[in-house]
Amino acid sequence: MEGSFDFAIILKSVPYLAEGMVLTFQLTFLGIAGGIFFGTLLALCRLSPFAPLSFVAGSYVNFFRSMPLILVIFWFYFLVPFIVGHPVGGFWSVTLAFIMFEAAYYCEIMRAGIQSVTLGQVYAGQALGLTYRQNMQYIVLPQAFRNMIPILLTQAIVLFQDTSLVYVVGLGDFLVHADIVANRDNRLMEMFTTVAIVYFIICLLGTFYIRRLQRKLANA
Amino acid sequence: MPETENTTPSVESSPGVGMIQMEVVSKWYGNFQVLVNCSTKVDKGEVVVICGPSGSGKSTLIKVINGLEPFQEGVVTFDGTSVGDAATNLPMLRSRIGMVFQSFELFPHITITDNINLAQLKVLGRDENEATNRSMALLERVGLMDQKDKFPAQLSGGQQQRVAIARGLAMDPAAMLFDEPTSALDPEMINEVLDVMTELANDGMTMMVVTHEMGFAKRVADRVIFMDEGRIEEDCTKDEFFGGERGDRAQEFLSKILTH
Ligand SMILES: Nc1ncnc2c1ncn2[C@@H]1O[C@H](COP(=O)(O)OP(=O)(O)OP(=O)(O)O)[C@@H](O)[C@H]1O
Ligand SMILES: [Mg+2]
Repeated sequence: MEGSFDFAIILKSVPYLAEGMVLTFQLTFLGIAGGIFFGTLLALCRLSPFAPLSFVAGSYVNFFRSMPLILVIFWFYFLVPFIVGHPVGGFWSVTLAFIMFEAAYYCEIMRAGIQSVTLGQVYAGQALGLTYRQNMQYIVLPQAFRNMIPILLTQAIVLFQDTSLVYVVGLGDFLVHADIVANRDNRLMEMFTTVAIVYFIICLLGTFYIRRLQRKLANA
Repeated sequence: MPETENTTPSVESSPGVGMIQMEVVSKWYGNFQVLVNCSTKVDKGEVVVICGPSGSGKSTLIKVINGLEPFQEGVVTFDGTSVGDAATNLPMLRSRIGMVFQSFELFPHITITDNINLAQLKVLGRDENEATNRSMALLERVGLMDQKDKFPAQLSGGQQQRVAIARGLAMDPAAMLFDEPTSALDPEMINEVLDVMTELANDGMTMMVVTHEMGFAKRVADRVIFMDEGRIEEDCTKDEFFGGERGDRAQEFLSKILTH
């Protein structure tokens, strides 16, 4: 490493770093959207009075919650091409891994959310003639979702940090691009300090936003 | 009909099968029997008040009528349809029975208008215009037109309960069930809700009302049912009930709530 800190060199690599950041955000966004979608379906299965369905959903959740994320990423990376019979590319196998993994956590969040909606609300919907599906769709899930927004977003911040694990399958996210620049220019200290600051600021902004939202929801 | 001359007038007003009919209905929670051989009949246009001590099964009794609570023995029919029959389309049946709860149960995440519109759109298949017109007419009727764009939490308890009544009426129900509609209200708001209910009764709505408002019962009810420990202990006309032809348990209960 050269003598003094030289942050100017980082400015030159901003476009390359931004490209990595785009991938990080893509993975985060797809992971959240898919995770919440499948997580909600899983939660509905877990709460189903039909025992086999609730057992399968429960096992899914327990299984993924006892796996390290990095193992799930590896596993999907090798398994998905094998199952579909042709290479799908690192991006889609990793995206799928995130969605399936996050779904287990979002399932538990949505389950708590659904249970936070009072029985009286369910009765009111039923008494109006709504079917089970309509009652879920228009009465229970919107309230469950609203009650859980702060926790859903907190989980999103965790996922944002966890996307950095994609370096194990050679995808170029923010951290990987930073690593490449750092080694190429031999500016490890400057680069990793910058990376840490960027992650810190984004997460901090996210946390502030959640707090504000929480206050707003509490007053509503 | 000369052969029915000596029965009580309000009960015989529409002879034959009642709008709501319960025949020896029993229900258990595990080993605990909440309803014990309950039988009664409510005719079209009748207003029946149900009272009784806490835990006597009043809420359970009226939830059995629209199938919100399953029961194990007996037969319940609403307008000729058997509620306990597995082949009965319960959502369809429920859409014809309005229900008003003690804690209002307006949907907190949507506006007052949407609260009244929702089931009209999703259950009755009305279009947006038709539903909104109906909702506005009902809001006008309960005197809450100016609250139409607010959310439930922005309304007082009495206002919320009037919206809840409007929400039930929007389905053009054949009967309305009320479960202690005024017991969660501050005293100064009780009358605004009872007034709406009185008007509804005068318009000929078939109603079953769980309430301890004996003034309302005296003014509006045709019949009074008194429940105790899951049993229908008294089922008689208002005049019989308030005229003193009631049993000891009902007497004891009445004197308790009237001294409050
Ligand atoms: N889900 C349940 N599981 C077990 N027992 C229940 C359940 N719901 C109600 N009960 C019991 O059934 C009995 C009748 O309840 P219900 O709510 O019908 O009474 P109520 O007459 O409406 O009382 P209140 O005046 O307090 O509203 C009570 O003893 C109650 O504890
Ligand atoms: Mg009750």
